[in-house]
Parts: sequence; C-alpha cells; structure tokens
Amino acid sequence: MIGLSHYLIVSAIIFSIGLVGVLRRRNLLMLFFATEVMLNAVNIAFAAISHYYNDLTGQMFAFFIIAIAASEVAVGLGILIVLYKKHGSLDLDDLASMRG
Amino acid sequence: MENLVYIALFAPFVGSLFAALFGMTERKIFVGVIGSTLIGLSFVSSAVLAYTLYTTGEVINVRMMDWINAGDLNVSFGFVIDQISVTMMTVVTLVSTVVHVYAIGYMDHDKSFNRFFSYLSAFVFSMMILVMSDNFLGLFIGWEGVGVCSWLLIGFWYHKADQPREDNPSISPSWAANEAFIMNRIADLGMLIGIFILYWNTGSLKYDEVFAQLPYLSDTILIGAAIALFIGAMGKSAQFPLHTWLTDAMEGPTPVSALIHAATMVTAGVFLVIRANPLYSMPEVGGVSFFIASLGTFVAFYAASMALVERDLKRIIAYSTLSQLGYMFAAAGLGAYWIALFHLAAHAFFKALLFLGGGNVMHAMHDELDLFKMGGLRKVMRGTWIYMTIASIALAGLPFFAGFYSKDAIIETAFNEHTYVLWGILVLTAGMTAFYSFRQIFLSFHGEERYKALGFHPHEMYKFVLVAMSPLAILAMITGLFMNQYKAFIYKIGESVQYEMSDHTHHLAVWLGLLVIFIALSGITLAYLKYARKGEHAFKPNEKTANGFFYKLLINQYYVPVFYENFITKPYMMISEMFWTKVDLKIVDATVDNIAKFFYKSGDSARGMQTGNLSNYLNWMAVGAVILLVIAAISAMLV
Repeated sequence: MIGLSHYLIVSAIIFSIGLVGVLRRRNLLMLFFATEVMLNAVNIAFAAISHYYNDLTGQMFAFFIIAIAASEVAVGLGILIVLYKKHGSLDLDDLASMRG
Repeated sequence: MENLVYIALFAPFVGSLFAALFGMTERKIFVGVIGSTLIGLSFVSSAVLAYTLYTTGEVINVRMMDWINAGDLNVSFGFVIDQISVTMMTVVTLVSTVVHVYAIGYMDHDKSFNRFFSYLSAFVFSMMILVMSDNFLGLFIGWEGVGVCSWLLIGFWYHKADQPREDNPSISPSWAANEAFIMNRIADLGMLIGIFILYWNTGSLKYDEVFAQLPYLSDTILIGAAIALFIGAMGKSAQFPLHTWLTDAMEGPTPVSALIHAATMVTAGVFLVIRANPLYSMPEVGGVSFFIASLGTFVAFYAASMALVERDLKRIIAYSTLSQLGYMFAAAGLGAYWIALFHLAAHAFFKALLFLGGGNVMHAMHDELDLFKMGGLRKVMRGTWIYMTIASIALAGLPFFAGFYSKDAIIETAFNEHTYVLWGILVLTAGMTAFYSFRQIFLSFHGEERYKALGFHPHEMYKFVLVAMSPLAILAMITGLFMNQYKAFIYKIGESVQYEMSDHTHHLAVWLGLLVIFIALSGITLAYLKYARKGEHAFKPNEKTANGFFYKLLINQYYVPVFYENFITKPYMMISEMFWTKVDLKIVDATVDNIAKFFYKSGDSARGMQTGNLSNYLNWMAVGAVILLVIAAISAMLV
C-alpha cells in the first residue's frame, strides 16, 4: 500500500534533486529547470497531504503554484532571452559583474 | 519705583551687549562713553532708590517673572531693594561708573578696547544680580556670573606668555585667570551645598521664607548650612586658604583690579554673610561666627604682613584689600553686620581710588610696578599723588577720613565682645596697614628720583581721568562723617543687624580710638624715616635684609603658592597623567577601539562573500536556510 510517507519521501527526493541543481548548475536555464523541479516537489507534497486530511485547500494551493510558476517562467524566459542577446552567454560565472 | 529697579539692573547689561556688538572691531571711543553713561544711569537709579528708601523706609520687592516651576520647586526671578542691597547697589554702581570713565583713558592704546568694555559692564551686571536678588538661586547666578567675568577680565591680556615664578609671582594673565576661576569653583561647591541644605530643610530659596524657618531647624543643619555658605564666601572674598588668587589677579588691567577689589567681586563674600545675618546670628551657630571672626582677624594680620615687604605697587594694594576684607569678616563674625557693611562701602571708595591712582603710576612708568624703581614721582604726577595720599590716609585710618570711623568701629567691636586677642591683633594690624600704605606712598612719590637713572619719563594721566576720580576722593574723605545717619538707616531692617557697644566700651572709646591713631601714626612715622628721606638717609635696597629669614618668608607669601604647587597642583597633575595613560588610554579608549575594530575586521572578512556571482549567493542562501532550519529544529526540541 502506498501511503502518505511514500509521497513525502518522493517529494523530498525530488526537492533535493532540484536543490542540488540550483547549487551546482552554472547555466541560468538549468537553474530555472531546477527551481521548477523544486516547485513541483512541493506540489506533490501539497496534493498528498491534502488528500490525507481530506482538505481541498492544499490542492488549491498546488494549482496556484502551478499558475504562478507558469507566469514566472514566461517572464523569466523573456529576461533570459534579453540577457543572452546582450552577453552571448547564460553562464553565471561569465555574468558576475558586481564583485564586492 | 519698579522701573528704577529695572534700569539699575539692566542698564549695565545693555551696555555690555552694546559694546559686544563692536567686540571685534578696532577702538571706538563712543563704546566707552555709552558704556559709562549706562552705568552712570544705573548709579542714578540706585541713588534715587536709596534716597526713597531712606525717606520712606519702605522695602521694595519686585517680582519680574516666574523662573523655575518644577514640582515643588518654585523660584521666581525677584529682587529685593532693602537697606543692605541698596547700599551695595549704590557703592557698586558708583565705583563702576568711575572705573568705566577711568578705563576710557587707561585702555586708550589697547586694541581690544571695545571687548574690554563689554566684559566690564557684564561684570557690573552680574554683581547687580548678586546683590539685588531676593533668593539664593539668583544670588548664585550672579555669583557665577561674577566668576566668569573675572576670569575673562583677569585673563584679558591672555596672549602674554608664562614666566617663571621667580620673575613674576603671578606667572601669566591666563594662569592667574584660571587660578582665580578654579579656586572660586572649589568654594562655590561649598556655597551650592549650603543652598541645598537650606532648600532641603525649608522648602524655599527666598531669603524671607528661609530665614523665617531658621528657628525650627536642628543645630546640625544650621551649623552645616552656615559652614557651607561661608566656604563660598571664603572663595569669593579670598580668605585663607583660598586667598592666593587675589594677588595673582593683579595680572589683569588696573581698572579690573579696582573693580574686583572695590565693588564687584571680593565684597560678595562679605555681602553673603551680611545678607545671611539671621542665620549667622543664631545662637546655635555661634561657633561658626566666632570662627569667621577669628579667620578674618588672622587674614587681616597675615595679608598685612606680606604687604610689608612687597615691592610690587599693585600687589601691595591687593594685600591691603585682603587685610581689609579680614576686618570686615571680623566685624561680621562678631555680629556687627552693619559695621562690616559700612566698612565695605568706605573701603570700596578708598580702595578704588588707590587702585586707579596705582594705575596712573603704572601708566606713567610704562607698566613698571617695582616701587624701588620709582621715587619722587609727586613732582610729575601731582594729582595722582594727592589722590593716593588721601586714599592711603583713609586706609591707614587717620581721623576724619572714611577708614578711621569704620575700622575703628570694628576694632571697638572686638574690644566690646571681650575678644581681646582679636582686638590686639587688629590694633597691631592697623599699625602695619599704616606702615605699608605709606611705605608705598613714600617709595613711589617721595624720596630720591630713582626712575631717572633707569631712563623713565613719567607723565601725568589725562585730565578727564583725574576729574573722574574726584568723587572717590571726596567720598574717601567724608564717608565716615555719615556713620550715624547710616546706622539709623540700616537699623530699620530689624534687630538682627543692630549692634550697640556696651557702656563700658563707650566710656573707653576715646582712649581706644587714640590708641589706634597713635599706632597708625607710629607706622607712618616709621615708613617716613625709612623710605621718604633724601641724601644720606635715602632709601636703598638692602642686601642683608633681603636675605633675612622673615623677609624671605614674607616675600614668598609664606611659601603658600609654592606649597600649593608642590602638594596640590603637581600631585594632581601626576594623578591626572596616570589616569590618562593608564585608565583612559588603556581601559576606556581600548574598549571602545576594540569594539570598533571587531566590526571592521568582521566586515572585512565577510566582504569575500560578495563575489557578484549569483551561484555563490544561492549557495549562501542555502546555507542560511539550513542554519535556520537547524535552529528551528533545536528550539522545537527544547520546547
């Protein structure tokens, strides 16, 4: 029987994969993918917990997150295109121009 | 009447502000003229007030405004014009007027002429607040104002450099000014404590209310308040051991010396004791009063002894002030407050005259003050010679001059109180006073003209200055004749100031007076024989005397200044230095510095985080999130 904890473990594993991606990747596009992975990991947790408690609020939240993530990606990709046109690269090490 | 009070008080203030407008510009004669006029106006108002009070006998109370209203403390800015304050007002403004006019001539060549008048008028204003106030707080404000102005004026020539003590006992004007200010500050603490004690126990600062409650206070409180207030008086009136500043204050311009000694400063201490006479005449504080009388007598003798050998013209006059203040305190301590006040007034006239005359001599001799370099000046400075002689006769206490009546009354008081030791010392001091004041006259104005060999070309002071000094000369001669009227005038205050000689003293009064005259005359004769003659007997500085023990002791002021320097100033300096290097630098500063250094260092090392690389920032963010999670987890476990 697949219970709540299984869902949560899967969610945690996916979140960690996303986190590692955020920390290790240098390409901005990959960072976006990693954040999307993390967001969806959270969505899984929301849906699972919502089902477990029989409370639809959690699933509602998941929908909100999907909607916001979609709009965020739309804006973010726009910025990325502009950045790429300007610098010819999306590598973060090349983009570091504000050294303290 | 109220307007007159305000004019008397604020005319000097207006004068001061007016002169201050031109403080930084070059000499403008009208500044001096307007300043003098305003002080003169103040004098006229005071005189009218005095006359009104004399004829009607009605004390005027003026309440200008509420000043401090905080909780139970209600102090109004009020003034009282009674017999004591009106005497002081008249004397102060009269002497100040003459001094102001004199200063126009004396400070003629000084480039800070305007600044000088600003300070001078402010000095008078402070003194007027001091004497007119109807409460202790106003008195204290005036008291401090006088202190500040004296500091400004003694150090008026602040640019003069320090000299070693052997060349100039006062070291330098700025040194003398600081000395005067600091010594007064020490005494002011005592005075402030006295005021606190009285306020604490009576709940008021007004003279009337405080004095009305005195009978209900305990002995300790009365004695404590009396002692504390007298310490304040000791500082202002330069009584031993806080006396050294007075002679050093001679570094200031001569009009300032005249003002300090005659009107605006040293008399404040005597005034305080007289003003607080209900306190000092309580039987419980009899011991304190007797101590005041004894200290006064001691100072009278002590100062006179130093004047015997002094060579500096102005310092001799300064010592004589000290000595006469001793007389005043002796009278006040013995309960003869009105005699003390009368001597204060008489003394103010002849002492101001003496100083202004001394200033003329100094001016003529191009700031040379050594009597041994003068002699025979009466031929070139006839007017000054006459004035100085009149003042010296008054000081020595020869009959019919001001000093005779007032000083004789003090000596009689000492006899009347059966304090024969004090009486003896005071009589002896009267002889010494006559000797040193005429020693000074003879050395400067008579005898051989020693200045000629030294290449001096003395000249008489301006005419208008001599004319301006004449009121003082007249008053120095005639004040004594009004003693009985004055007595009737001041007796109206009440019983506390009344003092009558017993019948026994009354019978002997003539003989006592004659004894004093005889002693004074012998002092003068001695001075004449030693210093005034020409030719074979002419005075010559004597090596043998100059090396004698007593001469050395006296010329070095009993080594008191040296003692202060070695046992107070220097140890204090050492302690200060130690606290500076050990405590301040090593502990206080080090703590503050290290806190600052910590933030500098941590900031410097944390700067490495700012790489500008987004990836690094994200890593740090993750670290931060982990730390927060850990903290949250730990606190959750603890709860």
